[in-house]
Amino acid sequence: MKPPAFRYHAPRTLEEAVRLANELPNPRLLAGGQSLLPMLNFRLLAPDHVIDLNRVAGLAGIEETATGIVFGAMTRQRDIEFSPIVKRRLPLLSEAIQWVGHRQTRNRGTIGGSLCHLDPSAEQPTVAIAMDATVSIAGPGATRELPMREFALDLMTSALADGEILASVRIAPWANSHGWAFIEFARRHGDYAIVSVAVLLELDDQQRVTRASITLGGVASTPVRVQQAEAALLGSRVEAGDIEAAAACCALVEALGDPQVPAWYRQRLARTLTARALPIALARARGDKQ
Amino acid sequence: MDTPLPLPLRPALPEIDAPGRVDTKQMIGTRARRIEDEPLLRGEGRFLDDVRVESSLHAAFLRSPHAHARILRLDVAAARAVPGVVAVFDPATIARELTSLRMPLGFPSATLQKDITPWVLSGSEVAFVGEAMVMVVAQSRAIAEDALALIDVDYEPLPVVHDVRQALDSTAPRVRSDAVSNVAERVQVGYGPVEQMFSEAAHVFHESLFVHRGAAHPMEGRGVLARFDPAFGSITVWTSTQMSHEVMHTIGAMLGLDQHQVRVIAPDVGGGFGCKYLTYPEEVAIPAAARALRRPVKWVEDRAEHFISAIHERDQRWDVEIAVDADACILGVRGRLLHDQGAYTPQGINLPYNAATSVTGPYKVPAYAMDVLVCQTNKTPVVPVRGAGYPQAAFVMERLLDRVARELQLDRAEVRARNLIAPEKMPYEKGMTNRAGVRSVIDSGFYAATQATALARIDYAGFPARQQAARAQGRHLGLGIANAVKATSRGPFESAIVRVSPKGRVDVYTGALAMGQGLATALAQICAEQLAMPIEDIHVTCGDTGYVSLGMGGFASRQTVMAGSSVHLAAVEVRTKALKVAEQLLQVPMSELTLNHGRVEAIGRPGVSITLAEIAHKLKGAPGYSMPPGVTPGLEATGLFQTNNQAHANACHACEVEVDIETGAVHILRYVAAHDSGTLINPMMAEGQIHGGIVHGLGNALFEKMGYDDQAQPITGTFADYLLPTSTEVPNIEVIFSQTPSPTNPIGVKGIGEAGTIPVAPAIVSAIEDALSPFGVHICEAPLSPVRILELIDAADGRVR
Amino acid sequence: MSSMPTPDSTAAATPPDDEAMMQISLKVNGREITCRVAERKHLADFLRQDLQLTGTHLGCEHGVCGACTIWVDGVTARSCLMLAVQADGCELRTVESLATEGPDGHGLSPLQQAFWDRHGLQCGYCTPGILMSLTELLRDDPAPTEEAVRITLSGHLCRCTGYQNIVAAALDAAARIRSAV
Repeated sequence: MKPPAFRYHAPRTLEEAVRLANELPNPRLLAGGQSLLPMLNFRLLAPDHVIDLNRVAGLAGIEETATGIVFGAMTRQRDIEFSPIVKRRLPLLSEAIQWVGHRQTRNRGTIGGSLCHLDPSAEQPTVAIAMDATVSIAGPGATRELPMREFALDLMTSALADGEILASVRIAPWANSHGWAFIEFARRHGDYAIVSVAVLLELDDQQRVTRASITLGGVASTPVRVQQAEAALLGSRVEAGDIEAAAACCALVEALGDPQVPAWYRQRLARTLTARALPIALARARGDKQ
Repeated sequence: MDTPLPLPLRPALPEIDAPGRVDTKQMIGTRARRIEDEPLLRGEGRFLDDVRVESSLHAAFLRSPHAHARILRLDVAAARAVPGVVAVFDPATIARELTSLRMPLGFPSATLQKDITPWVLSGSEVAFVGEAMVMVVAQSRAIAEDALALIDVDYEPLPVVHDVRQALDSTAPRVRSDAVSNVAERVQVGYGPVEQMFSEAAHVFHESLFVHRGAAHPMEGRGVLARFDPAFGSITVWTSTQMSHEVMHTIGAMLGLDQHQVRVIAPDVGGGFGCKYLTYPEEVAIPAAARALRRPVKWVEDRAEHFISAIHERDQRWDVEIAVDADACILGVRGRLLHDQGAYTPQGINLPYNAATSVTGPYKVPAYAMDVLVCQTNKTPVVPVRGAGYPQAAFVMERLLDRVARELQLDRAEVRARNLIAPEKMPYEKGMTNRAGVRSVIDSGFYAATQATALARIDYAGFPARQQAARAQGRHLGLGIANAVKATSRGPFESAIVRVSPKGRVDVYTGALAMGQGLATALAQICAEQLAMPIEDIHVTCGDTGYVSLGMGGFASRQTVMAGSSVHLAAVEVRTKALKVAEQLLQVPMSELTLNHGRVEAIGRPGVSITLAEIAHKLKGAPGYSMPPGVTPGLEATGLFQTNNQAHANACHACEVEVDIETGAVHILRYVAAHDSGTLINPMMAEGQIHGGIVHGLGNALFEKMGYDDQAQPITGTFADYLLPTSTEVPNIEVIFSQTPSPTNPIGVKGIGEAGTIPVAPAIVSAIEDALSPFGVHICEAPLSPVRILELIDAADGRVR
Repeated sequence: MSSMPTPDSTAAATPPDDEAMMQISLKVNGREITCRVAERKHLADFLRQDLQLTGTHLGCEHGVCGACTIWVDGVTARSCLMLAVQADGCELRTVESLATEGPDGHGLSPLQQAFWDRHGLQCGYCTPGILMSLTELLRDDPAPTEEAVRITLSGHLCRCTGYQNIVAAALDAAARIRSAV
């Protein structure tokens, strides 16, 4: 399991990286390598050129701006995990990132790499969809922005055109008092989730839901915002009946099936995990002592 | 895992009594630190790929992507032309180097179909995904893989046997064109008045059971390095193996070389678990290439290859019945086993034979009959993995006993207790014969006591209350128990040389193989018991055919007994010799002498002494000087412990689980393992074997499924789909040892390497079934995934008890 | 990855030519190294083949078993998932760097010593990677819980030990290190 031959390039600027991505034939971008290297070792891919983004200046970093927290695409998952900004302003991401693989994975893996690779059960795309993130894409022309929902096109297919490179992703935090929960079910710790649920809730002073976000990962080919579940919760106090209704909506999402995990099981998990996540998010929104 | 971090509390680690530093004069029964460890901890191990021979070339194999196909055309010209490629061997070219293109059968058999062994390289027809067809030898592995991509093959796909049940269908395709039948062999085993017992029985219950075992997956895959010496026409082969001598003989036979021309050296071996206990085609092809090219050639298996070309253990389908009297005492067991052997049979039918003949386990079974069909399919060939058929056998017996208990509304432990062989009955003739045709006799064991120990530790009596309390909270707890017996110390012999050099260095050489189990330390402890010196001063070399001419290797939990006894015999001889010589040289009677740290000294008078080095020097001999009277030259001895008897280890496992009925997840809350493995040479290592064996069993029970589709294409080919247990899924295991010395060998030892694995799947499945008893779930299979558990719950009749 | 890989049949088989090489400079176990390495060679192979640091092992080459774990710039990484050329300018640390001159003359780190005392290894093949991960854990969390240790270990496969003694050794080492401070 040794990689096939290719030429390696380590551009220092984003402009250079974009130029290489456009000029070189059959290129592949290398970010954290946690997904690309296994494919190269298995010879599932045979690029003629590998463009390493790890040396590109200014492509990593976490910045708090007026419109949201901006993550450079090459920001390591480790840095997200230990970021006080993320912990304080994006606790859903802070919680979800701990489920991404193992320590070694997060030390090298990048948020940009995960968003572009778009494994259907990956945590970062799920959170990005849950939080209506906006991605910023560099290409030969001007940089363009795209909502995450439009960036995640299909199974492991992003809207990146040939020659484009994801530059950053911006996530707008929810109100300070919001509740959140990220739960996933996997066979073993650190495995790709079979199904995951990301929940965000905002309550008014009567503890009624004013804003809800419910996202399923691992169920469909891309993360799915379950709008019917969100609608079922709006205005409610997230009591048992509301939870059940929301969970039932999640169970109806059309699911992927494969020889190991049939679709009905994913749907069953979607219901169960949603029902388990909502009370946690609710307790946090209410500021209950844990 | 669907709960947010942190994970649920688990029972605390059992108290360990190992002090930080132990007396370096270690002998039998102490928790000695291993002599193997320091280099391994420093990263100075010498595993196969760490062995460097100058100007080595590197090999890679083209492996069939089809489960069954005819090869119409094979064109290696483009591969040969790749810069850096030194040679490409197709079946025709490798055949010129070999006495046969077909591997010999590992365990000779008169009754097996002919022509069922693997090919060294397969030329006209391939029969499983992963079968080796072409060997490329190049400057580097990467270049060899580049060349593989350029080999041009025209295949004609042929119909595929993808399920063992097709063997019963006369219209099914044949697994290979040269196969006489998809049933490689059919064997009836048993004893006693089966028909009579079943007709007279108060109750007869039938079960259809499916046991799927996966593969061994040691962390180090296979590997071979061969160096040919043109001056002597001899070849040195390093290979990650469990059986150096067998490999040596096979290479010799296949390359037309005599024993003295082939030396096989086992380097550090990163785990075996059975998949390195056979001679593989690659172990013949690589030496052949080295000789043909007059260059050293190395092949290091990668994990993708291991998945498809290292042996598996495969599906077994059991249709069985148990007959019991009104008191739940077993009258008989009978049935049929369909065993999936894969596309070829490298070794023999030892695995299904073992499984079929060990079903009765620790129980009294007056009559037994099993019809065994060894069936071929277009999948990777099958050889025993840790447990060697006993895990499947235990699964069958324990499921049957749970069934009896449930039907007769008796306690599961009570049903077992009524049927366990009593200690007064030892040695107990089982009624079955083993592979060698010798009647199976259980030498020793206290089965009821072992069960009682496990049940007491897990507080079996208190469980119903725990279960009730949990149910009131909507939680589903279950408790399972299972017993097992393992015949260990498979004969016929093992070899050991104990040698003291004139410089006082003590060496032990053995044909036994180390693969992580601490064999060197165990043997050093046994030797140290006789020679009274620190184990750090005893140097053990395992599995190098250049040092010992005879040896069998590591399998069937045999080496502590067999190699240990051989070392014991040799060390006793060396000790006796040393005392005899010292008696003469010191003029002190033997009865007043003792050994201590490399010296022989008069008891009570340490000043009167002589070193082992001086004795060895004396026995080296000098021209013209006579040996001490009555003493042979050399302070050394060879031990060849022989036996046809097997020492039987036993175990009882009890476990408590919680099943999440919404996700199908199983959490193991407690795992208790009561084991009797005879005298323990090193209790710390013995515990380690049980821990590892149990976690392997957890893999069998809950995680490991080597999946194939209906074209016999593997659907699990990476560690992402084939799941080995990791640290977060396994419990802290509570191991309780009792030590019933075995009368079959001079050190009273019983084997331990596999016993931990055997009862795990039935114990876990029993516990899950118990947890789901309100739903009336009945479990007849392993492994059990969360998906499967939900399917079973959905399908059950939903009776609430 | 959640499914069996299928070969990329659309990729042109790269015509074999001379191996593309690149010069890199890096620090390995405190030693400055400058050398040429094949651009496609992964970092684990570079360590093992070019630097003869064979303590780092390969168990899967697809990022699950953890046997290849080393430190890159002070944190753990799976060396089979990095290209050697990516290590240009980096500081690497492998298992061979763990042993130090200790007062007892063995020179093992407290973690290595604890493994020895607690029978935390059997075949030893997975051990170097695990030692690197646990060394990182003990540096970052000097008083880890058992759960924290098991979570760290979850990125490693061991087929021999069942993990229990490894956990015991890690907790033991943590206690020893804390009491030595």
